[in-house]
Order: sequence, then C-alpha cells, then structure tokens
Amino acid sequence: MCATCGCSDQPRLRLITGGADPDPPHEHEHGHEHSHGSGRTIALQEKVLARNDALAVANRAWLHSREVLAVNLMSSPGAGKTTLLERTARDLGGELGLSVIEGDQETALDASRISATGCRVVQINTGVGCHLDAATVGDALRTLAPPAGSVVVIENVGNLVCPALFDLGEGARIVLASVTEGADKPVKYPHMFRQADLVLVTKTDLLPYVDFDVARHAADVKLISPAAQLIPLSATTGDGLDAWYDWLRLRRLA
Amino acid sequence: MHELSIVEGVIETVCERLPGARVTSVRLTVGALSGVVTDALLFCFDLATEGTSLAGATLEITPVPGECRCRSCGARFTPDSPILLCPCGSADAEVLAGQELVIASVKVA
Repeated sequence: MCATCGCSDQPRLRLITGGADPDPPHEHEHGHEHSHGSGRTIALQEKVLARNDALAVANRAWLHSREVLAVNLMSSPGAGKTTLLERTARDLGGELGLSVIEGDQETALDASRISATGCRVVQINTGVGCHLDAATVGDALRTLAPPAGSVVVIENVGNLVCPALFDLGEGARIVLASVTEGADKPVKYPHMFRQADLVLVTKTDLLPYVDFDVARHAADVKLISPAAQLIPLSATTGDGLDAWYDWLRLRRLA
Repeated sequence: MHELSIVEGVIETVCERLPGARVTSVRLTVGALSGVVTDALLFCFDLATEGTSLAGATLEITPVPGECRCRSCGARFTPDSPILLCPCGSADAEVLAGQELVIASVKVA
C-alpha cells in the first residue's frame, strides 16, 4: 500500500471505517503520480459537486447583476408548493414581477397552473432526475429573462432529500412542511431543514383534522436550523399569507 | 436517489481529467454530514460505470466523521446524527469537518 495516499494494489471494494483519513489532502509538487505494481495512483482531490457549485456561483452573479431575487422552494411532493405559488402569483405577481421555474420529473401540469395566473413560467422536466441542478436552472433563467428587480421562484422537484445537496445559485432557501405530513419531518430530514432560511408550515386550515403538534414542530425547526424563520399559513383561507408576502418584499430589497 | 447523479458526476470528472485511461479504482472521501449515503453510492457505481472507461473499477470510500463547534458554549463535538446537537443542549453549531464529498484519487492500469 502507498504510504502517502493509502491506495492498494489489490482492486477490491474496501470500506475504511473510523479514524483519520488515510488519504489527507497532501501538497506536493509531483502531482502525486507514481507507479507501483501494475497500476498508477493519481491524486485528484476534486470536489464531486465542483461543477454544479461553479455554475451556481455563476447563476448567483447573473441574478445579482440584475438585482433579481431567486428563491428555491423545496418540500416533499404534495406539500402545497404549486398551490401557494398560484395564490402568491395572483396576489403579488404584478407587484414583484414574479416569474417561476417549475421542476418536475414529467409533465407541464404545474407550469400550466402557474401560467393560468398570468405569470411567466418555464418548466424543467428532469426525467429520472430527482432534483434540479445549477446547469438546468441557469438555462431556465436565461430563457425566462426576468426583469431587473423582480422575483423568481424556483419550484424544485418534490423531494425532501436530494435537492438539499444542489446549490442552484438562489438567494434564499425555503422549505415547506404541510400539517398533513406530520410534525416529525424536520428531525427526519435534517439535511433539508438545516439549510432553510425560511420554513413555511402549509395547510394550517386542516389543523383541526390532523394530529400535528405545532409547538413540537417549531421547536424541532429551531433545533435544526436556529436561524430559520417560520411562518404558518394557508393558501386556501389566506391566513398567514401577509407574513409570507412581507418576507418576500423584504428579501427582495435586501 | 441523488447518489446516482453524484456517481455520474464522479465518472464525468474522472473521464475528463484522465481521458482514455483504464481506471481500476476510485477513492472518494465522504463526510458523515455530506448528505450522501455510502451504501447507495456503492449500489449505483457498477451500473453507472458500465460502458465507460471506469467499467469494472472498484469504489473505495474513506469516511470522515463530523466535527462541529458549538456557537453557544464554544465546545468542539462530534455529532452522532445529522442533527448538530452539542452536549450542552444547543444545536447552533458550526460545521468544521464532515461535509466533504471529494474524489481523492484514482488508480489506473
């Protein structure tokens, strides 16, 4: 075994458990290319998400130069992202110059719903993909060409796991948690909630009919993401929407 | 399962960096707080590498434990789950290590 990088001559699957990384980032001039036995080990030390992260940085710069606020809306499927967006577009679409990027594995159903409100929308179908990435969102942004000072909402693929890993270049991350899903989602999906700037508790009009512990949910959100704001709302009755709209207005000016 | 796109990203990067090389193994450094499931990476790898210059290569994974610093009490601690709970009870913590997701090295024939 190479003492520097720990690589082995025996190609096999190996899970190294515990302890220090046997292959710490090591700085040396020769590019760490050497031969031993039949093979050569080449150090790369390259972030797996480097390409996505670089495109996300470019998206962020593009948005910043146009003073456009982009928010990344994430939740499990059926938490009410599109319904909230329809209502938001109707109530606030003109004021914010709102436009929408819709992400779904298939169909343009959500884009049709948003388009019916008079809002500009681009649909991304990810096929087998379970999340949006910075490349497709960058293309969608350029297609959408949002006016300066406006707000773009990116509705990610309904999924509480995978979208958490992929920076899109957004200015804020919003996670929806509907009361019908149960209050335990933040502790079950901490990666997603950890990165949230805002948590919207949706479908609060259904609280009388479901077993959703509002206080416990709020405490868990606070535990996992101490800085995240929390707004309970109902897109059906309109309760709480003013707070959500104020958040968007303030964030756009920030 | 985002691990499939992670693995596809690994294959793409390796093929770009080492065009034409016959790769026999790939070593990834995967932090405990990276949001990636090691078993899922291993599960995808053989399927995703089929038909590429990484076909037949093995995937080796070096795990990195999480390390945090509590913003409330200042203590360093290793979280035992993705919830960054300091023994003092605060979960307001800065991540010092464990978010790595890096292609450390590859071995070529």
